[in-house]
This record gives sequence, structure tokens and C-alpha cells, in this order.
Amino acid sequence: MYAFDIERPTTLAEAVKHMAASEENQALGGGQTLIPTLKQRLASPEKLISLTGIDEIRGICEDDAGRICIGAATTHSEVAAGTSAFPALAALAANIGDPAVRNRGTIGGSLANNDPSACYPAAALGSGATIVTDKREIAADDYFEGMFATALDEGEIITEVKFPVPQKAAYMKFEQPASRFALVGVFVAKYGDGVRVAVTGASEEGVFRWSEAEAALASDFSAGALDGLSLPGEGMISDLHGSGDYRAHLVGVMTKRAVTAAG
Amino acid sequence: MPKDSGIGASSKRREDVRFLTGAGHYTDDIDLRGQAYVHFLRSDVAHGTLKNVDTSAAEGMPGVVRVFTGADFAEVGGLPCGWQITDREGNPMQEPPHPVLAQGKVRHVGDPIAAVVAETREQARDAAEAIEVDIDDLPAVVDMKAALKDGAPKVHDDLTSNLCYDWGFVEENREAVDAAIKSAAHVTRLELRNNRLVANPMEPRVAVGDFSRSTGESTLYTTSQNPHVIRLLMGAFVLGIPEHKLRVVAPDVGGGFGSKIFHYAEEAFCTFAAKALNRPVKWTSSRSEAFMTDAHGRDHVTTIELALDKDNNFVALRTETHANMGAYLSTFAPSVPTWLHGTLMAGNYKTPLIYVNVKAVFTNTVPVDAYRGAGRPEATFQLERVIDKAARELGVDPVELRRQNFVTEFPYATPVAVEYDTGDYHATLDKLLEIADLAGFEARLAESKKNGKLRGLGVNCYIEACGIAPSHLVGQLGARAGLYESATVRVNATGGLVVMTGSHSHGQGHETSFAQVVADMIGIDENMVEIVHGDTANTPMGMGTYGSRSLAVGGSAMVRATEKIIAKARKIAAHLMEASEADIELKNGQFSVAGTDKSVAWGDVTLAAYVPHNYPLEDIEPGLEETAFYDPANFTYPAGAYACEVELDPDTGKVTIEGFAAADDFGNVVNPMIVEGQVHGGLAQGIGQALLENCAYDEDGQLLSASYMDYAMPRADDVPFYKVDHSCQTPCTHNPLGVKGCGEAGAIGSPPAVVNAVIDALQRAGRDVTHIDMPLSPSRVWDAMNRG
Repeated sequence: MYAFDIERPTTLAEAVKHMAASEENQALGGGQTLIPTLKQRLASPEKLISLTGIDEIRGICEDDAGRICIGAATTHSEVAAGTSAFPALAALAANIGDPAVRNRGTIGGSLANNDPSACYPAAALGSGATIVTDKREIAADDYFEGMFATALDEGEIITEVKFPVPQKAAYMKFEQPASRFALVGVFVAKYGDGVRVAVTGASEEGVFRWSEAEAALASDFSAGALDGLSLPGEGMISDLHGSGDYRAHLVGVMTKRAVTAAG
Repeated sequence: MPKDSGIGASSKRREDVRFLTGAGHYTDDIDLRGQAYVHFLRSDVAHGTLKNVDTSAAEGMPGVVRVFTGADFAEVGGLPCGWQITDREGNPMQEPPHPVLAQGKVRHVGDPIAAVVAETREQARDAAEAIEVDIDDLPAVVDMKAALKDGAPKVHDDLTSNLCYDWGFVEENREAVDAAIKSAAHVTRLELRNNRLVANPMEPRVAVGDFSRSTGESTLYTTSQNPHVIRLLMGAFVLGIPEHKLRVVAPDVGGGFGSKIFHYAEEAFCTFAAKALNRPVKWTSSRSEAFMTDAHGRDHVTTIELALDKDNNFVALRTETHANMGAYLSTFAPSVPTWLHGTLMAGNYKTPLIYVNVKAVFTNTVPVDAYRGAGRPEATFQLERVIDKAARELGVDPVELRRQNFVTEFPYATPVAVEYDTGDYHATLDKLLEIADLAGFEARLAESKKNGKLRGLGVNCYIEACGIAPSHLVGQLGARAGLYESATVRVNATGGLVVMTGSHSHGQGHETSFAQVVADMIGIDENMVEIVHGDTANTPMGMGTYGSRSLAVGGSAMVRATEKIIAKARKIAAHLMEASEADIELKNGQFSVAGTDKSVAWGDVTLAAYVPHNYPLEDIEPGLEETAFYDPANFTYPAGAYACEVELDPDTGKVTIEGFAAADDFGNVVNPMIVEGQVHGGLAQGIGQALLENCAYDEDGQLLSASYMDYAMPRADDVPFYKVDHSCQTPCTHNPLGVKGCGEAGAIGSPPAVVNAVIDALQRAGRDVTHIDMPLSPSRVWDAMNRG
């Protein structure tokens, strides 16, 4: 690590002020990506602004519209234990990394980082969630802008994520054998007004919606409705752990399994 | 009846108390007064000419004590290679220098260019980033066959090519083998790769160098499996320090698996720098550094052909292997694909004609050396895979094909230079079939089918040569070291014993099992025996721990020394009881006179030895301390049979291991629980190799699997509950304990079982897949299923 300073604000206002003070300042959630990056000296922020001591952006509640609202500094373990109204989301959170990761990592940190193989982006996009920041509300469809790229402005802090609760949903992750991130993960959710299918791990453009599958499932929410549908391997990540064709194939398999699991 | 102490008892591992309560004392726990820290600046390109290394900016950085470059080591020896191979023409292998810090060229990603010693780790690292290195990139050679082509870039400019050696074994058999294969009724051919692995011990390597101005003695604390070997190699060949001025200490070591046998540049650097700077210098490897500096394992590309007669008897075997040496010759690298591999190609079978050709190749990759099994897994994998393929081609039961060709009479001289002293391959196979519940397989297969899954069963045998090794034999084969072991048994006045052994325990449980042996011989409580190892200052010269040798060779030395102790103690006892020595019996720690009720306790005798008031001083010296060196007459030959049952998801290619059974013949067993643990660990590593682990480079020589994000280690849920049996015991005929060694068996025998099982699953489902290279990752299995 390079030397850095750290601030531990207890209010959002303080955190916003710290972030505005310098473009070299960096928000720190649970640190599950940022700390290893710092240890490898791949980043050299002047100051880390820790967000996990801010009570107002931590915790889970339900809003008047019936959405599950999760504070950005809420850990994966807390989400797993506190979202029984949305079992697919709870199960997804319960299967991120290992217990140590789940006890430190936060939903806001994961979404701000937008790792192309992370689980939460699939949940947010697959549920049509709303990403709330210190400045505005961003629809998930507008939020994810490619690998590690988001609609967040410099210094903008995620404060909350609002999830509409689906009628049915499931997340199926096929793990990369080494990292156990998603080699391919598919989040399927059925709402009154349609079906959303979000895919993580597969595309070079990061998390995406599989619109053909959504259309097919909207009229017939069954695995069989997906027969004959496939994605091209082109544009999919190709690496040591699988070709683009393999990932494209897995998207089909995992989508079917998610539909079946959603029931 | 299981025993509750001594040989045969599952005594609890006494060392685990400190390991599990955080009281272990590892090299990184050693911090010396005035200690400075070194950070190595390492090459980030695989191959290049070093034009200039400008350290001027770094030298002025905060906390910097000194910056070293290759120039500081121009007069220092290179890291030596401990084994010389002679090629098919009778010429010695090509042996390039291996500098401590790069001289003129870098040859792999991770090759050390410069070393910064500073007051803190972070200061050393900061300063290393300020070193300006001017490298002219050269094209890298990564693929072994490409490296041997005319015009390929040379890893070492002064060598004639990238070929280290072209070894033929047994060269005199070559034509006869060729002829037998040409005229055979059936020949099965298989091309395969034995995947490159990273050892990944839990504890990364650490070195702390120290120098005493008062005694002129250098001390190196290091994570080593064999401190005496490091002292000899580093003292005599690198730094020119005589042994009496050099002490090497390897305290608690958190796993080695072979990778901590070798003498590494960082050890020599810390020892050298401590003297140059007159202050202790410490290096602790990061996990990232471990991936690119610890010697890797395996990495063979092989073509094997098995010839059978019309009755399915094996008549000849021919293999051609390209073995990757990496950029430099690590300490024992040349021996692994040759003498530890070619000599095992007979396996458990009476194949009369065998020819093994090995081309060892330099590439721009991390050096490759021994890793758990070392050569023997490579031999076992190809042999057991080709037999399985032959059985399928011939439409015969792979188990029966093996049985039909088993060696059944012992001793058996193989056509590849070794003589198996004893064994019973039918017995272990019978035991395996029993514990693996083969009878229930069809029902389990039906259940898998119902769930849309494929299921397969793989069975194989293995044999290994352990108890390494007879010195006179390995000397003829090119070893530059003897391979005996040593022990000093010191009995204290009040009867307790300290055994100082040249073996080194880094997970094996020697402190428990060795004490069981000595206590059993005398008939005293195990807790009266302390095992000391790991410090050249208080242990006799010994060769360390690897090659499943410690009990068979080190244990035998301990037995010999203890026999000397008992012989002397009997004389003392005879004197004390005024009886004839011939009448003295030792039982349960009591010396008695046969046919009388006269007896003296062990403690009375030991006290007499140190307080010799009533003592036969005219015949024997006071004191009770003996040393023995034991040089084995032969290798030992553990053998067994393994079965793996897998389920395969045809939609994803994912393989899960549903069952794994191992029936081993380790000869006599001292501590069954420790043996079982050793087998479990070996199986996990073998399963890791078969399904998960893949050390991969790209064509530019960049390490693709350079962290746990991409290098898949087996986790608890990747392995099943094992069924392990070692009740088939044909004791070794030539060592006093009748033991054979158990440390590597699991890693040697398991990879072919896994691959055989996956191929079985695919073929049962009608898929025309005859081989998949390890690791059998989901994507590789899926690719194989959907090829063409």
C-alpha cells in the first residue's frame, strides 16, 4: 500500500463534504475490492472516506410503495438475513464470496464498483431497482454503463438501493472455479408488468438484460419458453475459465434454471 | 485391537497444540534487533536484455540502507543444481548459470533485477519503484516444442539451444521396444499434458539473514524442508562460507510440498546482505511473489504408446516426454522427469520392454522442480490413462486388464532399473473394490440419470519409489548429494530422551510419530521423547524431508541410534544387577535378568550413566548418547489402488466428485491417524490437479494464473468424504521398521482416477471423448463434449 489518510464520518453530510474536498479522495465501503487493490499498489488515493460508520445509510426497511430499501452501507450478511420478503435477493446475498467477505462487503460498494462478474448488479438490473445517491435517484437501466463503469459522477455517493418486490424471482450463479465470482449469473424476476432477465459475468460490457428471453418469458414463464433462444459468443468474455461461446451457452442454461427455481 | 501408544497407535499430534493455538514459531515470527527489510524489484517481462539499472534515485529515498544489483553479485557464485543428467549420447546436460540477481538478461516474469534494503518494508518497496530499469524486450519462448525449433529465441545465449538434455532410458532397449510395438497385436496411443502447478503452501517463503561480528558466523533462518542441504549448497557453492561459520535454521514451516526443498536466491541474498551491511536482513514473500518465484511443478507433454499381444498382455511401452525446466535449473529439477519418472514407468505391471525418452527444455517461465510426488505422478498418470484407453479400445474391463498384467512375484526387477522388494497388488485392488462399493454403482448411475446427470467410475493402480534413496545408486545416476539420513539420540540422566534428526517436519507430524517409535523400542511413555529438528547447530548432517523418505530413512537412522543406546544400557543394567549381559531383557522400560525377579528401571540405568559411581568405567564410557547414519539399501515401493466416482452435469460440464476410495499398502504403519491424514491431503492435491489447478502462461510469458482469482485451489466442498484403507501391508524388506512412506501416494494415485472416471461418464453417455487434458474444468469438459 501507499500511505493514505482515512476519514470515518458518521453523517452523510460529512462524507459528502470529504468527497468534495479533493478528486483524489476515494469512498470506501466494505473494502473487499478496494483494499486488495491498494495492497497491490494499483491505486493511490489521497484519502479514504469510510462510509460504513454512517448509520443513516445502513439498514433495511420497506417504503410506502412496498419496495425493499437497503442502505448502501448494509453488508451482504445483513441483506441475507433481512430481506425475507424478497427471497431471491436474500439468497443472492447469502452466496456472495465467503463469510468474511459477506460480513465486510456492502451493497453500495458492490454497485459502485460494478465488477462485471459481481452478483449485485444482476439483482439491481434484474429487479429494476433504483439507485439512490446523495444527489439523485438513478434507475438501474440507466445506472450500469459497462465494465466497472456507472452513471455515478465523481464524488457521488450511493446511499440506498430500492428493490421492487417481484411475484417470483431467482438468481442462478455458475461459479468461476478459482475466484467463485460469477462465470455467469442470471437473475430472473417476474413482475405484474413483465419479466426482467439480467446477466452478469458473461459480457465484455458488464451486466446486461437479455431482452429476447424477457419477451419469451412474459408470455410463458417457463423454462420451456426459452427453447431455441441463444446468445452469440461474440462480445462475451473469453479467458482461462471459458470461451465466449461457453459463457453464451451458460447464459441459456442458467436462465432456464433460474426460471425453474423461481417456480 | 488398536494400540493406545507406541508403534501402531493413533497418538494425537502433539505439535497441533501449538499450531492450533497460535503458538507456532515460524520464520516470519523471527524479528532480530536492528533488522532491515529487503524488497526485490522483479522483471515484469518474460525475456529481455538488461541495458541499464539506475538506482541513483532509489538510493536517496527515505529509509534506504543500500540498493543491490547484479553487479554486486558478479563475484558471487550462482545457485547450484544438485543433479546432473547424462544424455543419450553420454554427454552432460546443458547447465546454465543461475545468478542471485539478474546478470545482463531477465528470463522470466519474477526474475529478480535489484534488491532494496531499507528500514521498513514499505520504504524498500517505495524505493524499488524508483529504480529505473532499461530493458530491451526479447521474444519469449513459452511452448516447449516451439522452444526446440531452429531459430527459436534462446533463453540462455551461451547454450547451443533450449534443450537441457535428451535422455533415453533404457537406451539399450530402444530398438527392441520399437520392434515390439511395430509387431504388436494392438497399440494404444495417447497424447497428454501433465499440467503445470503452483505448490501454494499455506506459509509463503521467508528468509532472515544474520551475521555476528563477534563470532564471524552467518545465520540464515528460512522456510526450508532441509536446512542442512541449504547450508551445504549456499555455503559451498554460492557464498563461500564454510559450514562451521554458517548455521541454517528452519523452525516451524507451514507446508512445503517440495517447493521448500530448493535453494532460492532470496536465501543467499539475505545471508550475503546481512554480512555486507552488518545487520539482519529479512524478506517475506507476498502471495503474488510466491506465484512467480516458488518453483512450479509438473508441466510435461507426453506421447505414450502401450503395445499388447493378442491375449491382452502388455508387451512394450514407449513414452516421449517434453519436460519444462523453466528459465533456470532449480536444485533438483533435472532428476524429476528422469530418475523419478522413467524408473516408475513399469507401474504395477510386468511389461517386459520399456523405453522412456525425455527432452528437458528451457523456457521463459518460472523454474519447475519437485512437487508432491515429483515425476511419479507424471509416470502414473500417463500409464494409468493409457491402460484405461487400451481397455476401452479392446472392449475389456479396465480392472481385469490391470489384474492380468500385475507383477505378482517379488522381488521383481523391472526393465527400468529398479527392483520392487515386496507388494501385493491384487490385495489392494480387492480391498479397493470392497470399500468403493462397486456393487452399488449401477443403482447410483440410475439415480444420476434420473436427475439428468452423467455418472462415471474410474479405477487405477499406482506404485511409487519412496524412501529416497540409496546414495551409491543415486550417485551413479548423477546426484551431487548423498541421500542417507541421520539421528542423534541423547538420553538425559533422569531418563527422558531428545532425538535430533536430520529430517524436517513441516506438517507431517514427526514430533508425534517419531516419538512413538523410540518410546516403543524402550517401552516408555511417548511423552518422555522429544523430537528436535530444523537447526543445523543442534542436529547431525541430514538430507531433510521429501520423497516420502522421513520415516523410512530418517526413522531407520533413529532406530539404529536407539539400538545403540539400548545395547549400552543393557551393559549398564547387567553391571547394576551383577548379571551377564546375555541374560538382560528390556520390557516396558524395565531391565530384568531372565529367570529371576531382579530388575532395574530405565531411569536407574540412565542415572547411572551420568552419575557413574557404580559403573563399569573400565569397559564403557559414561553418558548415553548415540548417533547413527542410515543409508537405505533400496527404494521403498508403496503401491495401491484408487477409485473415483464422479457426477457430470452435461449442461455445464461441471464435474463433482461423489466418492473417492483409496487402498494403499504402506507396509507397517506407525500412526494410522497421521497416515490417513497424509492420504487425505495427497488426495486433495491430486483432485486439485485433476479438476482445478492450472498454472498458465500467455504466449508472451505473462503468468495468467498469478493469484487465487485465477488459480483454483481445491476447497473443502470440492472434495468428498474419502474412504481410506491401509490394512493391506507387505512390510518393506530392507529397513528396520518395515515402512514404505505415505506422504505422496494420494497425489500420485488420484489424478488418473478422476480423469478415468470423467471419461467413463462421457463414454457411458455415448460421447466419443477419449481424453481431456487436466484440469478438467467445466469449460474444458463442455468443450470436449461439444467438439466437432
